[in-house]
Amino acid sequence: MSNPSIATAPEQKWADPKRYLWLLGPAVPAIGISMLVLFWQTEMVWTLWFAVGLIHIVLPALDWVFGEDAANPPDGALQALENDRYYSWVLYAFVPLQLATTVLGAWLAVTANLPWYHLIGLALSVGLINGIAINTAHELGHKKSKFDRWLARVSLSPTFYGHFYVEHNRGHHKNVATPEDAASSRFGESFWAFLPRTVVGSLRSAWHLEAERLARLGKGVWSRDNENLQSWGMSVLLFGAILAVLGWAAFPFLLIQAVYGFSLLEVVNYLEHYGLLRRKGADGRYERCQPEHSWNSNHMVTNLFLYHLQRHSDHHANPTRRYQALRHFEHSPQLPSGYAGMITLAYCPPIWFALMNKRVLAHYKGDLGRINLHPPKRAELIARYADEARALAKA
Amino acid sequence: MRYRCPNCGHVYNEANGEPHEGFPAGTSWKLIPDDWACPGCAVRDKVDFEPEPDAA
Repeated sequence: MSNPSIATAPEQKWADPKRYLWLLGPAVPAIGISMLVLFWQTEMVWTLWFAVGLIHIVLPALDWVFGEDAANPPDGALQALENDRYYSWVLYAFVPLQLATTVLGAWLAVTANLPWYHLIGLALSVGLINGIAINTAHELGHKKSKFDRWLARVSLSPTFYGHFYVEHNRGHHKNVATPEDAASSRFGESFWAFLPRTVVGSLRSAWHLEAERLARLGKGVWSRDNENLQSWGMSVLLFGAILAVLGWAAFPFLLIQAVYGFSLLEVVNYLEHYGLLRRKGADGRYERCQPEHSWNSNHMVTNLFLYHLQRHSDHHANPTRRYQALRHFEHSPQLPSGYAGMITLAYCPPIWFALMNKRVLAHYKGDLGRINLHPPKRAELIARYADEARALAKA
Repeated sequence: MRYRCPNCGHVYNEANGEPHEGFPAGTSWKLIPDDWACPGCAVRDKVDFEPEPDAA
């Protein structure tokens, strides 16, 4: 497959310049554990709030300082890069560290006599680790090996989001950037409107996909082979074990961290395909997912923390390609900042709309008919953007 | 007969079927629904698969 990219390095003697920087991925739960241990030893309460600082201040600032990296591995080096087991170990390391953070966090929540507001800080921080873990699970869940796929579901257990493993691969990837996909956000849809729609829609889709598969196997949906039920079973085991040891006092902590964790996944879903739409052909099938159907970012620091998730166009074109080999595509839609910075903006719909709607309009050269419009606001959006769209269409 | 996904290279082999997907060994390609998505990448459907010459 040809690679319409710039900045391709010569093939000979190519070494991955980011090889050891990928350790920033598992560094996230390691930072989490360090902060919790620091609190345990010193009782400095700011350490409980590190997540808020990391995601809203530190990562956006680092993205701004270190800027973009659009370099691609040379085509000839891709296969060796894909086959290098080192990159798998970088993923595997995340999961035990994440589980340790969860258990340590629950123990502190019960034993540290925290006022309710610091308890929330602690739950958000652990939720951040388990939310970023969904990105690790995402990478593992696309792999063919049984161990990788099993570990993906273990990694989803603290957020009770095991159905993501089913829905993402077989639902989201199939329907991405269409009105049928619960996990693709629409033009004019705020994050706060998207969140309940995607949470409920993804759950329904996962349930339906498994029901369909099990029906082909001649089994009912309540079968023990239902991969949603299996994954939720892992969550029940984890939560049950923590509650059995620490008592129900740990429950508010577990609940808040899980909800915040999966809401982080969903805010990232919100960024990834906002307003983008695949065209339907005469045969009723949608055009294939192209690089133009995902929002990308080459901001290096967030890319390292999120295993190249922001090279999203290549991921959707080639979902089985490993993170270290994902490429930047010229002409793919680019976000104005890394995902970390965009998360903060997504929480404030007026700023998000002001920044992103013009980008979606420009991407479709003012053709409102090609945009995935939010149905409840359809007429309002067409009236609101008619002049801008006409000007873009003429240009 | 074997059929290959042109995107990710996933192969459907009629002799082995795709038991996890609910197609037991020996399931003929004709019996697979047209909108069945590639279990490897999910970005191609059955109709996109290409027959492979009957080798190994």
